Formats: sequence, C-alpha cells, structure tokens
Amino acid sequence: MAESIPSDSPAVADDHHGHEEPSFWSKYVFSTDHKMIAMQYMFTGMAMAVIGGFMAYAFRMQLAFPGIEVPGFGIVTPANYNALVTNHGAIMIFWVAMPVLIAAFGNYLIPLMCGCDDMVFPKLNRLSYQIFLLSAVVLLSSFFVEGGGFGGAWTAYPPLSAKAEYSLTPLGSSIWLGAVALEFVAFLLGGINFITTAMNSRAPGMKLYDIPIVIWMIVIASILFLVSVGPLIAGAIMLLFDQQLGTAFFDPARGGDPVLWQHLFWFFGHPEVYVVLLPALGITAEIITVFARKKLFGYKTVLHTTIATGVLSFTVWAHHQFISGVDPRMAHVFTLTTLLISVPIAEMMFVYIATLYGGSIRLTTPMLWGLSFIAEFLIGGVTGIFLGASGADIYFHDTYFVLAHFHYTFFPIAIIGTFAGLTFWFPKMFGRMMNDRLGKIHFWGTIIPFNFIFIPLFVLGMGGQHRRIFDYSYFPELSMPWMQDIRVLATSSLLIMLGFQVVFFYNFIVSLRSGEKASKNPWKSNTLEWTADSPPPHGNWKELPTVYRGPYEYSVPGRDEDYWPQDQPN
Amino acid sequence: MKPIATTRSTSGMPTGLLAIWWVVGSEIVIFGGLLGSYIMYRLSHDAWANQAANTNTALGTLNTFVLLTSSLFAVLAHRAAESGDGKKAARLLYYTIGGAVTFVCVKAFEWSTEIAHGYTITSNTFWSFYYTAAGIHALHVIAGAIIMAIVARDAAKNMELQRVELIGIYWHFVDIVWIFLFPLLYIAK
Amino acid sequence: MSEESHTNYVKIWALLVVLLAVSVLGPMLEIQIITLLTAFGIAFVKAYLVAKYFMHINMTPRFVPYLMVTCLVFMLLFVVGTAPDVYKSEGTNWKKTAEWQYMPPSPADHGGAAEHH
Repeated sequence: MAESIPSDSPAVADDHHGHEEPSFWSKYVFSTDHKMIAMQYMFTGMAMAVIGGFMAYAFRMQLAFPGIEVPGFGIVTPANYNALVTNHGAIMIFWVAMPVLIAAFGNYLIPLMCGCDDMVFPKLNRLSYQIFLLSAVVLLSSFFVEGGGFGGAWTAYPPLSAKAEYSLTPLGSSIWLGAVALEFVAFLLGGINFITTAMNSRAPGMKLYDIPIVIWMIVIASILFLVSVGPLIAGAIMLLFDQQLGTAFFDPARGGDPVLWQHLFWFFGHPEVYVVLLPALGITAEIITVFARKKLFGYKTVLHTTIATGVLSFTVWAHHQFISGVDPRMAHVFTLTTLLISVPIAEMMFVYIATLYGGSIRLTTPMLWGLSFIAEFLIGGVTGIFLGASGADIYFHDTYFVLAHFHYTFFPIAIIGTFAGLTFWFPKMFGRMMNDRLGKIHFWGTIIPFNFIFIPLFVLGMGGQHRRIFDYSYFPELSMPWMQDIRVLATSSLLIMLGFQVVFFYNFIVSLRSGEKASKNPWKSNTLEWTADSPPPHGNWKELPTVYRGPYEYSVPGRDEDYWPQDQPN
Repeated sequence: MKPIATTRSTSGMPTGLLAIWWVVGSEIVIFGGLLGSYIMYRLSHDAWANQAANTNTALGTLNTFVLLTSSLFAVLAHRAAESGDGKKAARLLYYTIGGAVTFVCVKAFEWSTEIAHGYTITSNTFWSFYYTAAGIHALHVIAGAIIMAIVARDAAKNMELQRVELIGIYWHFVDIVWIFLFPLLYIAK
Repeated sequence: MSEESHTNYVKIWALLVVLLAVSVLGPMLEIQIITLLTAFGIAFVKAYLVAKYFMHINMTPRFVPYLMVTCLVFMLLFVVGTAPDVYKSEGTNWKKTAEWQYMPPSPADHGGAAEHH
C-alpha cells in the first residue's frame, strides 16, 4: 500500500521535512495519533464538565434560594432555568460521559492494550473528534441565539420540543437537536473505528479471552450505541422537520403521535445508560485486579454477563414511559425485563466483590475511586428497582426520587469512573505520578458531599417533590420549612463538592509539571500498555508486542513476582 | 503512512470490509427506525391508502430499475477490480454513477410534479413520510455517488482497488433500502 | 473467491428485473393478499438476492450475517414494543378525531388497502 500515501497526512509531511519536530498544529491539533486524539477528547470533555457543573450550580442556587442573584450568573429566570436544566443533562451525558469514557479511554486504551501502533483508521478518528468539537460549539452557541438555549428537557418530548409557541426557543431547540445529531455522527465514526481496531488489529497471540475486560466493555458499548442510535437519528430528523418545516410527525392535533418520539428516544436512551456504564465498569475491573493483586473472578462470566446485559438493555426502554399512556399490558412486560436486567448487573457487583475477597488490597487513589464506584453505583441500582416496577413508578415518576436515582448511576459512571481511570492511567498518559495525598483529599472531598447532595433528594422525592419546578415557593405543600432546609443542604453540599474540584485541577497541573517521574509500569500491572514507555511515543512500541497469556495473572503460585505481564514468554 | 494496525486482520476479514459491514449495520437501524415508524402509522390509518394512490408508480418502477442496474454495474466493477483491471472497474463505476444521476433526476422530476399538484411535505403525515424517507435515501444515493467518483478516480490509476468492493457493498445496501421503500410508498395502495 | 467468479451477475440482474415486473403487476389483480405477497414477499426475495449475490454476504465470516439479522431483529423488537401505542388510532371509548380534518378517514372503516385506488 506504500504507493497510496495520501499527501496531506501529517506523518508524511514530516518525512518530507526530514524528521523534524512536528509543528504545533500537526502535533496537537491535527494529529492522527490515537493518544493525542484521546487527550483532545479528554480535555474537551473536562471543559464541558466544568460548563455542565456551572449550570448545576446556577439552578441549584435558584432552588435553594429562590430569586436570588446567583454570583457569577445573575438572576435565574424561568426560561434560563429550563435551558440550564436541559443542557446540564445533555452536556453531562453526551458531551462529558460519552467523550471521556468511551472516546478518550477507548482511543487511548484500545491500541495500547491490544498491542498495535494506532487505530485502524487514524484519519477517520481525527474527523470524529473534529465533528465532536463542532457539535460542542454548536450546542454552546444555542445560548446566544434569539430565545436562548433549548429548555424542553434532555429527552426533548414533543409537542413541547416540536413547536416554537410552546418551547419559546424557535432556534435554540433546532440547534440543540443539530448538535446532538452531530455528536451521534462523531461517535458512530469513532465507534466503528473502536470495534474494527479491537476485532482486527490485536497483537499476535491475543485470543478473544486474552483481551482485557475494559476493552471488551468499550467495544460492546460501541456496538450497543451503533445498534441503538439509528431510530433516534431517524426521529431527530422527523422532529427537526416538525420544528422547522411544519410537518406533524409528532403533533397529535394533526395526526402525529408524540408517544412515538418517546419510544424512538428511549429505544436509544436506555441502551445509552449501558453505553456509558460498561466502560466505567471495565475501568473498575482493571483497577480492582491490579490493586487487589488477584485474578479477576470469573473472566468469562463477566464477559458473558456483559453481553447479556447488552442484549437485555434493548428490551427495557419503555420503563421510562409508564405514565406516558403506554399500553398497560406492555408495562407488565417492561417491568419484567427491567427487573431481569438487574440480575446481570448484580452479578457483576458480586464478581467484583469476589475479586476483592482475600486479595492484598492497596488503597491508592485509583483504588479508592474504583471501590467507591461499586458502593455508589449499588445505591443507584437498588433504587432503580422501585422505579422499574410500573406500580411503584406511578408514584415516584417525575419526582426527585427519579432524579436522585439516576444521579446515583450517572455520577459513579461519569465522574467516579473518569477519576478512577484518569488517576490510574495518569502515569502512562503523562509520564509522571500524581500526588497521592492530594488525590485522596480530592476523593473524600468529592464522595462525601456527593452523598450529601443526593440522599436528601431521595427524601424530598419521597415527600412528593416534583421535578421541573422553577420555584417551589409557589407550591405551599412543597415549600414547608423542612423541605427548604433540605434543598439548602443539597445545594451547599454541591458547592463544597465543586470547591474540592479545585484540588484536582491543582494536583493535575502540578503533577503534570513537576510530579515524580513514572517508570514504565508503576502499578506492576499485566496489561500491554504498561510495557510501552511512559508516555508512549508515536507508534507506541519500537517492536509491537506478542501476547502469551490472559491479562489478570496476578499472584500466580510459584513465581517470584506477583504479576505476570501478558507479553512475557514465561 | 498507514499504521501497522490497519494491515492486520485478526478477525479473518480485511479491515475495510469489516468496517463497511458495521456501517451497513448502523444504517439498517436508521432506516429501520424510520420505516418501522412509517409502517405503524400506515397500518393504523386506512386513509393513507387514498394518499398513496397519488404517487407515481411508473416513475417509482423506473427508478427501481435504474438502481438495480446500477447495482449490476457496481458488482461487475468489483469483479474487474478483483482481476486487477482498474481501468475497467473505474469505467463500470462511472456507469454506476450515471445510474445515481439518473435516479436523482427522475426523483427531482417526480417531486416537482407532485409539489405542483399540491402534495407537499406538510400536506399530511403520509406525504411527510414520503418526502422524508425518500429524501434520506436520496441523500445516501448522492453521498454514495460522490464517494464512488473518488474511488473510481483512484481505481483508474490501479490504486486502492479494494475500495471498489467496499463502495459496492454500500451501494447494494442503498439499493436494498429502495427495494423496501418502493412497495411501501408506491405499490401498497 | 472462485465460487463467485462463476456467478452470472447479468442473470441475477435479469431475475431481479422480472421480480420487479411481477411486484408492479401483482396489485393490478386487486386482490389484497396477492398485493401484499407480491409487494413485500418479493421485496424480501430481491433483498436476499442482492445481499447474497451482489454483496457476497455468504462469503464473509459468519458473524456478519448474524450481525445484520441482529440489527433487523432489534428493529422488529422496537416495532413490537411501540406498536401497541402507535398502532391504535381508536380504542373502545376513544378516537383520534383531531386528525380527521387533515386526512379524512376512508369511507369503509375496515377496508383493505387494495380497495382504494
């Protein structure tokens, strides 16, 4: 294929200049190197997380102290409030969890853990990031058009989202939809790249059951995304036509059916939960085995359970619509499947606990994040049982109970999972160790306030506090003093938690510049990425590795060391 | 410079071929969601048959014929590429593009006639689906033709001949989508 | 790929065109069941022929056809889960009357598709 070198490739351009140091633009901005693209995704995702966190700060302040001028934001009007809540949800899922957990870790880990030099389609990879960046810019631009940002909740149910006279955002809602569609295109391109790379470019000797679990999970998540997103893309086009051309796909007054949108949305929306959950579970599996120095309990069980979860996740979507007027007979079916899907997830939790059992556990920062992922996600999963049963859900639906439930799933996924992965692979990514002490301060400063935000919200939800209300003082039975006190508690915990993120950024920057130099394999881990230099050069290895065994051979009896890297012949 | 990763094929398939099948999989669900929605609406509204009676079966048939024929050229191009004859493959791909152009022209004529008769995308939901589904399909035809032109340009120089098969698979998929759209929009009345 | 070089693509194409003609002529008999069979049954046959002889799906590793079928099965699942809500435009005690002004209901309430043309 040497004759087919495209002349615009940066790598080729470098060759023409006689192996000079690549320019800033080709090294950092238009790079096709999977590690650089991973960093681009990571930092874009972090920037969006800051924006999404700021939105949470603004509307939580409004809820705790209705009508005050929020420092740094100003008065939160009802339209502002709707736009903030909507975009907080959309940003945290589509522009934080997806890019960081799947795109950043997928890009970084798949080639390194599979022992190859790059993604199979490097330029497609770069295009995927560029489209993603464009989608983020488009989303943020919606705040500066007439009518402001879209305020119809991240689920965008019509007819509220379909008609400008209801949503009052004639442009914002379409821009929002366009941004989401662009984001899907970016992840379809990225996902095909991930799947193809993991299927086709593994190191010689790496059989199916030698692939680290995190790679399996990212690939399965990409497949789930790819197979579930189609109906929503079709639905987004229909909704866009409803908004801009005046069609009536979802307009009940003119023969459309708004419930169809809910089905199209949640047929994607529920697998999406597993799309972001699986990579976080995978990261946790890697961390737990390394820091418990034990083989993963039941590798094949975990793998088959993951596949079962993936398939089941396509059968549960309508449990989000129990009070939308769906057919009650179908509600029975969806209750059953929803309760069924808790079985494989519970199994996964037991597998992780069994992995810890009898291990020699080292409580480093990444391990703390990994353990807290199990504990916190467990609360999210258990509260989901109440909501999955259609009888109970009628009472809980659209209260803060639901909100607290899904924050107890998404926070462990998007925030704990990310911090776990980032602190674990930081030495590999940047060649320096992170400060463990600051890391632990940040850990406790995040986890404790997190529980103080959302456990009170469970209580409020059971007290009947409805979601999507801008100012509770209009509702006497929802603004009793004890309820307002709880709102203030949750908001002040949020402020504390956001404050502790400063510790993380300080630690990140200081460790990046002057942290202790990291060796190739500081955690004594088995997987292939730890056999490359820290940070790995372009092309990752001088000579690509060969694999001889599975990734979790820790504390094997009869060996001097308690680990056994995958690339060592014996 | 292609990375070594691109040249490996652990799964037993060339990388490009594997990726194109995943693309087809993701397209199946896009059209599946759209056509599934259409079928559900259609079955619940008897009145849609009266609307569908106004679509032009003759032009629909002509377009089906054009797409089937262009698919034949695409697969013949694949055979030529496999025997290493890039020039012939490129020529056949240009015939395929010709089919795409014919398809789009017929479509443009058909739509302008219908719009002139007052059947626009906002007339009612049948026509909304009619224009949306056929429109998304036509976008795939146009995108496929553009990519095919790039592939044909390289193939004429005997470069990247494996791409002839890949764009062919995409093209046949677009053909299959039309094979289902045709009875849904034109035949069932 | 020796098997494939024996395939006569032109013959397959001719077969597809004949099927197309049948699917267009079928509805002219104006028998609903034949319309459905010729329109959709033949669509599936044509899709099978294109997938097998033009896309060579049977020469790929087995997971590819499985993947395609899985995608279709998930779409079927989507329709099955959604149809009870979307499919019904009237129940025992209600009708979606609002839409009638845009598309009047057909005179025969349960008339077959072939009766209108």
